[in-house]
Amino acid sequence: MTTAPAEGRLLRAAVLATVALGLVLPIAAGLWQTARAGVGVLPAVGATEMSLAPIRQLVEIPGFGTALRLTLVTGLGATALSVALAVGVCAAMHGRMTPRASGRLLTPFLAAPHAAMAIGLAFLLSPSGWIARALAPLAGWDRPPMVATVNDPAGLALMFGLMVKEVPFLLLVILSALSQLPVRQHLAAGRSLGYGRGLVWIKVIMPQVWPLIRLPVMVVLAYSLSVVDMALILGPSTPPTLAVLLLRLFSDPDIGLMLPASAGALVQALLVLGAFALLWGLERVGRAIGRWWVRRGGRGLSAEPGLWLASGLSAVLLATGALAMLSLLVWSLTWRWSWPGLLPDTWSLQAWSTPGSGWGAALGHTLILAATTTLISITLAIAWLEGEDRARRGRAGWAKALIYLPLLVPQIGFLFGLNVLFLRMGLSGGYIAVVWAQALFVFPYVMIALSDPWRALDPRLVRAAGSLGAGPWRRLFTVKLPVLLTPILTAAAIGIAVSVAQYLPTLFMGAGRIATLTTEAVTLSSSSDRRVIGVYGTLQAGLPFAAYAAAFLIPALLHRNRQGLQAGGAS
Amino acid sequence: MTLELHAVAVAPKAGAPLFPPITLTVRPGEVATVMGPSGIGKSTLLDAVAGHLAHGFALTGSMRLDDQDLAPLPAEARRVGLMFQDAVLFPHLSVGDNLAFGLARTVRGRAARRAAVEAALARAGLSGLYDRDPATLSGGQRSRAALMRTLLAEPRALLLDEPFSKLDAALRDDLRTFTFDHIQSRGIPALMVTHDPADGNAAPGPVIDLTQPENRS
Repeated sequence: MTTAPAEGRLLRAAVLATVALGLVLPIAAGLWQTARAGVGVLPAVGATEMSLAPIRQLVEIPGFGTALRLTLVTGLGATALSVALAVGVCAAMHGRMTPRASGRLLTPFLAAPHAAMAIGLAFLLSPSGWIARALAPLAGWDRPPMVATVNDPAGLALMFGLMVKEVPFLLLVILSALSQLPVRQHLAAGRSLGYGRGLVWIKVIMPQVWPLIRLPVMVVLAYSLSVVDMALILGPSTPPTLAVLLLRLFSDPDIGLMLPASAGALVQALLVLGAFALLWGLERVGRAIGRWWVRRGGRGLSAEPGLWLASGLSAVLLATGALAMLSLLVWSLTWRWSWPGLLPDTWSLQAWSTPGSGWGAALGHTLILAATTTLISITLAIAWLEGEDRARRGRAGWAKALIYLPLLVPQIGFLFGLNVLFLRMGLSGGYIAVVWAQALFVFPYVMIALSDPWRALDPRLVRAAGSLGAGPWRRLFTVKLPVLLTPILTAAAIGIAVSVAQYLPTLFMGAGRIATLTTEAVTLSSSSDRRVIGVYGTLQAGLPFAAYAAAFLIPALLHRNRQGLQAGGAS
Repeated sequence: MTLELHAVAVAPKAGAPLFPPITLTVRPGEVATVMGPSGIGKSTLLDAVAGHLAHGFALTGSMRLDDQDLAPLPAEARRVGLMFQDAVLFPHLSVGDNLAFGLARTVRGRAARRAAVEAALARAGLSGLYDRDPATLSGGQRSRAALMRTLLAEPRALLLDEPFSKLDAALRDDLRTFTFDHIQSRGIPALMVTHDPADGNAAPGPVIDLTQPENRS
C-alpha cells in the first residue's frame, strides 16, 4: 500500500521552527519574566526574593480599584455593544449590499490606526470640536461648553472610540463567515415556516455564525481590555484604565515600581483570561436558553426595530469615524480657527513644511519598520501555506490556535518581560527588537488574511502545472503567486496597517530611541498644538490608506487584460 | 508506450475503497474509458494515476507506464498529461504563454520555442491568438488550447476527466474527434473517465463500467 508522498518536509520543519522560536518562545518567555517580576524576582533591579509585596504595593496604589472597574466596564461594554451592533447590521443589510461594496466601505476604517482614530475623535468630540461648533448657534454657546466629552471619568469616549474601530472589523468577520453559509436558503426556509426575518437570524443563522467568529470576538475582547494608545488619548486619566496605569508604573523613573507594574501585568492577563471564561460560560447558557426557545417555537416577537436601531447606530459610528479622520487633515492644514467657525479662518501648509521638526524622521522609521515586518510576515505566511499544500493536508487545530496566540495575550502582559530578555541579549532599543516585537502582531493578521484566498485557489491549476512537468517551486512562483497577487498584496496592506498602528511594542522595545508616527502622535496628543498633531495623525492614517490603494491598483494594472483574475470573473 | 493498471483502488484512511479494483491495459493510441455516475471517485482515480492524490487517501494495486512503476514518482516527473472538464488555462498568462508553460524543455531557444507554440496554435485553429486573454476564448477554443498545452509537454500518457461534458452537443463531437485523432497520431495511451455513454462509444479502446456488477470483482 502506498500513500501520497509527504513532500516539503524540510519546508514545513523550517516554518515550524521559525514560528516556535520567533513567535511562541518570546511570548512564553516574556510572560515568564513578567510573572517572576510580579512575585518579586527581578535581578536587574536587585530584587531576588520571592514575595507578595509587589501585589500588595499594586493594590495600595490610589485608584487601583477604580482602574479595574473602568477596564472591565469599557472592555466588556465596548465588545458586547460592538458584537450586538455588527450582528444587527448584518441581519438588516445582508443581501442588500455585495461583499465587494461592503469591503470597500469598511476598508478605510480597518486601515486607520487606533491612535489616529482616537486623536481624530478627540478633535471631533472635544468641546471645541466640530460637533460642538455645529451645535453652538442652536444652543447659543458663545464659547466652548465646559463639558468633559473626552477623557470623561466614566470612559464613555474610550468605549465609543473602541467601537468605531471594532464594529467595522466585526462586520467584515461576520460577512466572511456568512459567505460560507447557505443564508438565503435558511432565511427562506425559516420565513416560510412563519418566522420573521429578525427571528430567523437569531434562531437559525447566528448559532451557525458564532463558531466561525468566536476567535475574532476573543481578539476584540482581549484588545479592548488591554488597549493602551486609545485609552491614553480618549480614556479617563485620574485614575486611568489598568493598562495605562501599568504603563505609567513601567515608565516611572523609580525602577522599583517595575515590580508592582509586573504584578499588574499579571492581573491584566488574568482579567483577559477571566473574560474568556465569561464568554465560554455565556455560550453555554446561551445554548441552553436558545434550545428551550427554539423548541417553544414562538414566532411572535419581532426583532425588526432592533435591527434598524443597530443599523442606525452603526451608521452614526461610521460617520463619526469618517469625520474624525477628516478633522485630522483639516487641523493639519489650519493656521487659525476661531470659535465657532465650521472651517478654519486661515489655512496654511506651515505644519507640513517642516519635516525636520520631527515628522520626517518618524515617517522614515515607520516606513522601514512597516516594510521589514510585512516582508518577513508575508514570506513566513507563504512558506507556511505552501508547506501545507505540499503535505496536501489542512491545518490542525493547534496550528490555528498558534496563529491567534499573540492576539489573545494582552500585550502589556508579556512585552515588559520580553524587553527584559532583549535587554539581556543586547537587542533592546534597536531595530531588530522592534521589528521582532511588531512581527508578533503583524504575522497573525497577514496569515489570517491570506489563508482563505490561498485555499480558495482552484487546485486544478496547480495540478495542471504539475502534470505539465512543473516542479513544486515552479508551481509556486509561476502559477500560485501570480494568480494570488491580489490577496497577497491585500495581506501586505493589512500587515503595513498593523505595523504602523503598533504603539506598545515600539515604545517598549525601541526604548524610546525609535520614534514612529504612532509613538510620536500619542506623545504629542496631550500637547496643545493641534496642527502638528494633525500632521502626525494624517500621515499615520495615510500610510495604510496608500498601502490599500496600491494593493487595489497594482493588480488592476498588471492584470488589466486578464478577465479571469478580476473579482467575479470566471476562470 | 502502454499504461497498465493492476487491481488499482483508492480508499480514504480507515474507509472502504471508493470503487472496485480496476485492472486495465491501454495500448498506444487507445483511449480506455471508465464509466460511472458522479461521486463514485472517478476523478480520484485520475488523481492517483497523475500523482495528485490528497493526503489521507491510500492507493493499492500497481500502475505501470512503459514498464515503469508510477507510484514513487512525483506528479511532475510522471509525464502524464491531465485534461479537465473546464480547460483550466492559467488565468494570469496569455493563451500562447499557457502553451509555452507546457512546452517541453527540450525545445531550446526563444525563436524555436515561439515557433513551436505558434505551430500548435495553428493546429488547434487558434492562429493569431498568442496574446489573447484565455478568459475571452470560447469553450471549444479553450479546450483545444488546453489539449495543445498538454501535448506540448510531450506526455507519455493522457488522462481525460470528463473533458467534453461542458460543451454543447455539436461542439462535443468535433472536439472528441480532434482529441482522439491527436492521441492516435501521437501513439500514446489515454484513460478517460466520464458519465456520458457517447464518450465511451466513440473512444477507440476498452470500456469499464463501474456500475456493472460483472466489473465489481
